[in-house]
Amino acid sequence: MNSVILRVGTRYLAGLLLVFSFYMMLRGHNEPGGGFIGGLTGATGFVLYAIACGTQDARAALRVMPQTIAIWGLGIALAAGLFAALFGDALFTGQWLFIGATEDDKGLPLSSVLVFDIGVYLVVFGSILTLVFAMEEEI
Amino acid sequence: MAGGFATDTRGNGLTGIVPVLFAAALFAWFASMVPTIAATEVIRLTIPWIPSLGIELAFLVDGLSLTFSLLISGIGTLVLLYSNTYLAGHPQYARFALFLTAFMVSMLGLVLADDLILLFVFWELTTLTSYMLIGFSHETEKSRRNALQALFVTGAGGLAFLAGLILLAAASGTTSISGIIAQGSALKEHAMYLPILILLLAGTFTKSAQVPFHFWLPNAMAAPTPVSAFLHSATMVKAGVYVMARMHPAMSGTDVWLWTLTIFGAVTAVFASLLALRQTDLKQALAYTTLMALGTLTLFLGQESGYAMTAFATFLIVHSLYKASLFLVVGCIDLSTGTRETDQLGGLGRIMPITAIAAALAALSMAGFPPFLGFIGKELKYAGAIAVASEPLFVAGAALLSNALMLAVAGVVAFRPFWQGAVPSGQSPREAPWQMWAGPIILASLGAVFGIYPDLLQVALINPTVISLTGEVGEAKELKLWAGINIPLFLSIATFVLGLLFYWRHVQLRAMLERGFQSIPNLDKGWDSFLDGLKGFAKWQTQLVQNGKLSSFLFGTFLTIAAGILLTLLYTGMPMIAVDLSDVEWKHTSIALLTIAGALLALVTNSRIAGIAALGVVGIGIALIFIVFSAPDVAITQLLVETLIVVLVAVVMLRLPSMPKAEFRLNHAVLSIAVGVAVSLTLIAVVSSPLDLRLTEYFEVTSWPEAYGRNIVNVILVDFRALDTFGEIAVVVIAALSAYALLRTTRKGDQK
Repeated sequence: MNSVILRVGTRYLAGLLLVFSFYMMLRGHNEPGGGFIGGLTGATGFVLYAIACGTQDARAALRVMPQTIAIWGLGIALAAGLFAALFGDALFTGQWLFIGATEDDKGLPLSSVLVFDIGVYLVVFGSILTLVFAMEEEI
Repeated sequence: MAGGFATDTRGNGLTGIVPVLFAAALFAWFASMVPTIAATEVIRLTIPWIPSLGIELAFLVDGLSLTFSLLISGIGTLVLLYSNTYLAGHPQYARFALFLTAFMVSMLGLVLADDLILLFVFWELTTLTSYMLIGFSHETEKSRRNALQALFVTGAGGLAFLAGLILLAAASGTTSISGIIAQGSALKEHAMYLPILILLLAGTFTKSAQVPFHFWLPNAMAAPTPVSAFLHSATMVKAGVYVMARMHPAMSGTDVWLWTLTIFGAVTAVFASLLALRQTDLKQALAYTTLMALGTLTLFLGQESGYAMTAFATFLIVHSLYKASLFLVVGCIDLSTGTRETDQLGGLGRIMPITAIAAALAALSMAGFPPFLGFIGKELKYAGAIAVASEPLFVAGAALLSNALMLAVAGVVAFRPFWQGAVPSGQSPREAPWQMWAGPIILASLGAVFGIYPDLLQVALINPTVISLTGEVGEAKELKLWAGINIPLFLSIATFVLGLLFYWRHVQLRAMLERGFQSIPNLDKGWDSFLDGLKGFAKWQTQLVQNGKLSSFLFGTFLTIAAGILLTLLYTGMPMIAVDLSDVEWKHTSIALLTIAGALLALVTNSRIAGIAALGVVGIGIALIFIVFSAPDVAITQLLVETLIVVLVAVVMLRLPSMPKAEFRLNHAVLSIAVGVAVSLTLIAVVSSPLDLRLTEYFEVTSWPEAYGRNIVNVILVDFRALDTFGEIAVVVIAALSAYALLRTTRKGDQK
């Protein structure tokens, strides 16, 4: 699609969508959101970019093959699940670390659950872009 | 191959030596258990495996399993030593040694397992490793085909076997084999006894190649000769016999057991001996005599008398010793002369004296001449046959005929190539290297040693084995070379006379059999046409369902869904529809109207883009419903997916030819309404029954304290049900990669 307005708009929109997708993923544990929604949102940003500027540019902007991202996501999710085994828990049991926690405040929570969610994000993001790029290019 | 042995007899280095040492160590280990077992004790080893199901890694060494273990590891050692020279310098020897060792370990596991599930795992492992071994020469199509045939036949039997084991475990309330046997005759009176028996026998008969499942075994001889010697004479094919023997105390004694095993065993024994005499290929002849032995073993397991059980234990050992030995001898002949055809062999006795001696010793044991163990085995067979209360004549007759034929085959395989005729021109045979004659000589000599000193075997293995078979002490009969003048002795003499007559006339007999067997349907050919038919059917139904037209494919899918749901609803009774519209607000109505409008537009439009957009409207309508009923996560996902689908489909649609100028698509409309009605009715039925809220409450209560999250949907996804999510994202990746691969290949196909 050759439209200057769309192309210029996309520059900002795609970036915004990516930041927003990350925000959606992070807040997912307590508010609506999560890795799945985040991944979809992020993918939308790149799909928009591909429509406006072509898949070649979109691939260049992504730098990595989308399949690789999806596979890495799967690996990260698996690693987050296996991590529990180190502590003798059943696989995929969430492991938590509260940095600076006090009596009333939980501090900054870090968890293997978040890592797992990042894996989900990357899988959804990578898989959708794999499909969309291939369709755009091949059909 | 003609022209003698490979000059390199050093073998294959470490890959050749290590498996031999491993097997020898196993043999020594099992041999060290003999004194304990001879004192009628048992050794147990139990490791918890799946405690929640009561399944254990339980192993049991008693007379029966020790006899098998010694045969497996002992013959395994000799066969591995033999293979190292037989396949010296083979580029894939490491693979071969791995398969053979893996098979040996699986087989040991099978005979030592004391848990039904564990038994099945090892059972299937032997099937798989033997598939690899039969198909070892995978460059030839015949080898691949025969390997697959063996896999299918024994694998199908394995499925029945699994079903039988599960029923057995359910019926007796335990998966422990010792536990089941300890329950005594409870199983025989159980209502499920017959189904269990049929399913188990389906497994053991296919594995042990009883008629009519026998056809795969001779074909399995496509494997290298040491494999045939190991798997198809001494070990794997006896797995079925082993399981029948193991279950003997718990299941024997009924009429069904007696008659099924007796008839199948007897028919297999006689039928196989006739087929064996018909063969001109030495290896094929031996293959059929193995069938005969399996039939005989099955025949004896049908009985309960101490004689039959002693005969079983003795014949099991005798057969493994002489048969493995003869197979290895045939391998020597094959490698030395380049042929296994009887009429192209002769005069090898002077050139290969040691091989000839091994062959002679083994064959004399097989033919049942004194003072070999084979003679004792045969005497016991007759004693066992006569002890059959119901039909002694039938059993003894079958045993007599098959033994006489066996004698003739022994002559054809081990006497004729060595001591008759002269070496045909064009062959330059040489004696085999020691690694290759060691196995046959040792195994064949054992037949003689045990024949002269039967007490050795009696105390060490026969008595404990008979105890395993009958569950009682003191049932075993004595092994004796000279048991006095009695009926078995007369039957033995009759066997010799008849057998020598058969051997003397074997060429004419073979021609007669050739004619006779032409009128019997060939099961091997039948197998091929069965497979062809199956493939033809699969092709036909695939073309019917997947005819390449997406719209008709989808139409069929949804029609099936609608019909399935609606018919089920009709059958189970329609849910009571009491729709209360009083609390419906205007926002609900407008969303419904929007959705319906989208659906109607999709139905009537002639533009693909409009159709996709209309479907998008339907999707967004549904997302709005989610929002109204406060499920924001689902709504967001739905909206995003809808957006992406519209984009994706639009990309494709723009390249497609425009839709035919269509009128109102009535059949599509009817189908859509049918699916909608079916789903709605199901939902109403689900909602009208009281909702079980226990799970919801559980998640509401535990989400924050246990998983530190307030968004229950996400907490379930990434914590409570993380394993499910992992499975789902794995599917997502696989789907994306498959679609990617498909799209790429299409483009390559289209490029001009």
